[in-house]
Amino acid sequence: MKLVKSLIATAATLVVSGAAWADITIGVILPLTGPASGLGIPVNNQVKLWPTSIGGEKLKVIVLDDGTDPTTGIKDAKRFVTEDKVDVIVGSVATPVAIPVSGVAAEAETVQLSLSPIELPAGKDGWTFRLPQSNTVMAHAMVGHMKKLGIKTVGFLGYTDAYGESWLRDFTPEAEKNGIKVIAAERFARADTSVTAQALKLVAANPDAMLIVASGSGAAMPHKAIVERDFKGKIYQTHAAASRDLMRVGGKDVEGAYVVSGPAVVAEQLPDSHPSKKVALTYVAQYEKAYGPGSRNQFAAHGYDAFSVLEKAVPIALKKAKPGTKEFRAALRDALEGMGRTVVAHGVLNWTKDDHWGYTPETGVMLKVVNGDWKVE
Amino acid sequence: MDSTIFSILLLDGITNGAVYALLGLATVLVFSVTRVIFIPQGEFVAYGALTLAIFQTGQVPGTVWLLLIMALLPPAIISLVSLWAAPQNLPLLVQAGLTVAIVTSFGPLVYRLAYQSLADASSLVLLIVSVGVHFAMTGLGLLFFGAEGFRNPSFWDMRVNLGGLAIKGQAIIIFMVSLALIVLLWQFFARTLYGKALQATAVNRLGARLMGISTIGAGQATFAMAALIGALSGLLIGPTTTVFYDSGFLIGLKGFVAAVMGGLQSYPLAAVGAIFVGLVEAFGSFWASAFKEVIVFTLVLPILLWRSMADGHAEEH
Repeated sequence: MKLVKSLIATAATLVVSGAAWADITIGVILPLTGPASGLGIPVNNQVKLWPTSIGGEKLKVIVLDDGTDPTTGIKDAKRFVTEDKVDVIVGSVATPVAIPVSGVAAEAETVQLSLSPIELPAGKDGWTFRLPQSNTVMAHAMVGHMKKLGIKTVGFLGYTDAYGESWLRDFTPEAEKNGIKVIAAERFARADTSVTAQALKLVAANPDAMLIVASGSGAAMPHKAIVERDFKGKIYQTHAAASRDLMRVGGKDVEGAYVVSGPAVVAEQLPDSHPSKKVALTYVAQYEKAYGPGSRNQFAAHGYDAFSVLEKAVPIALKKAKPGTKEFRAALRDALEGMGRTVVAHGVLNWTKDDHWGYTPETGVMLKVVNGDWKVE
Repeated sequence: MDSTIFSILLLDGITNGAVYALLGLATVLVFSVTRVIFIPQGEFVAYGALTLAIFQTGQVPGTVWLLLIMALLPPAIISLVSLWAAPQNLPLLVQAGLTVAIVTSFGPLVYRLAYQSLADASSLVLLIVSVGVHFAMTGLGLLFFGAEGFRNPSFWDMRVNLGGLAIKGQAIIIFMVSLALIVLLWQFFARTLYGKALQATAVNRLGARLMGISTIGAGQATFAMAALIGALSGLLIGPTTTVFYDSGFLIGLKGFVAAVMGGLQSYPLAAVGAIFVGLVEAFGSFWASAFKEVIVFTLVLPILLWRSMADGHAEEH
């Protein structure tokens, strides 16, 4: 009896592991808790809507929480490459976590689809592809808009983390090229109870416009503080603030704010000629059917796009190798680099061997908050 | 820096300092009666602000269910009332009252669940338990309130302009409530029998027990007061900033820095320390916003040094 039992167990193990061998395994690392959970939870919602197969191969999706903590993120990534032997890592959406994960991915020669616009030293991003627009691309749209309004000086108020820093670094040269100067830079953290002091200092510098670099509902508090100090100029927000939480928390104070965003969140308002319109509409329809009207956001759309590119690249890679092997992972990277122009909800991607960012500079869309809603400028 | 900026920063610092003072007092209170360094004090702040925020949206806050699961009567009655009241869109003040009732009920429950059976353990064990309670409460906060922040409507939409200085109604409420609570606490401990009983427990647990004072009762009462202070603080800062499920930790930690300035035993010193922390924070973020937290928390080092020099003796039991 015992023998039979163990035989059955062995057989079952064989069947299970055999099946796992043929499946495509996707390891997803997301901040479901911690400060960036407002970004991670929507992406996780999108991951739940992913189809169950690609190119006829069954999908196995494993989601791990990184707690917005780089150490946990590395642990998750190591588990993915050693135990689960994933074919591709998706994540993280938190910048400070996505950066170290890229190291693990490169070491294990596994493709990472980063959901955060991470900056990596030259030569370190061989296995990392980013789905969000680079800050440079977004700054391009924003600076263009500032130039149109005749803005000459900008005050900067940003998070004291990698997101804030990289915006300052990418925005400053882009602005200077167009004759716009950053005359003051102040920092704050999401959990701060007051940014009055920073707002005071910035308003005292009297710039033509303010740039606030923060995410989700965290972007409303600095905005209100600046408005409260009777700042009369324009206020700009970045694409991490392009969610309805900005209006929900900010109320009438964020009225008239300019927000740079990817095209996905304003699908309906895009001109028909916009290449992403169709995909973006599909994303919005699918996401809002599941999570209610108005629930769309920048981050979930990146999750949607991650699947779109895999849908295109995986069949190409499948012709060369079996999932679960080193050859397959390499083939997947080659497929992503060689798949050419790909229309996704957030613009048009064209990854090449030398460019793992891929968006054309015209991807950013400027929105204005009008009557508590987005309006494309 | 001109005088307008100086006075705005001063006001900002004192306003935040007043809230830190409340939390500092609560920390001193809990420590002196139960020897617990109550790290999750700030969580009550977030729970208070966010419970009210959810009431405002007309939904039932998750804290109500937790209370129902954790407790028997009378907290369960509060829960049931809340369940009825949530969709009614009652006036702000009624919702605020309910919020205070809900969050205050958590105090004794947290004590019962986490600390009561460990009442005689060393301070270190109690500290470690506090860290655990903090993580549990933050996690539950994420579950109840979601990852995004809320901002509550102001209780008093008023602005007085004094020269270049605009004083908001909410700031005045913060000062009044803080001051009232400090006076109340002081009177409570100085004048009432119950207050003196609590103080006796703080001085000598065994002695108090021999005098017929229930140390368990004292612990529960203390935690209820701490939770009450936390909930009130949450209501106070809710309209001035965006509160997230994890915002409470940093706020509570600043209250803790203030409490340390008071040597974890002196209420007036803790209150003064809190105003000092608030001011350092306001001026620190004006001059070097990138290093604001560093400046605030580095303050603890010289104070600890001075404290340990001044006291000079090792921990006694």
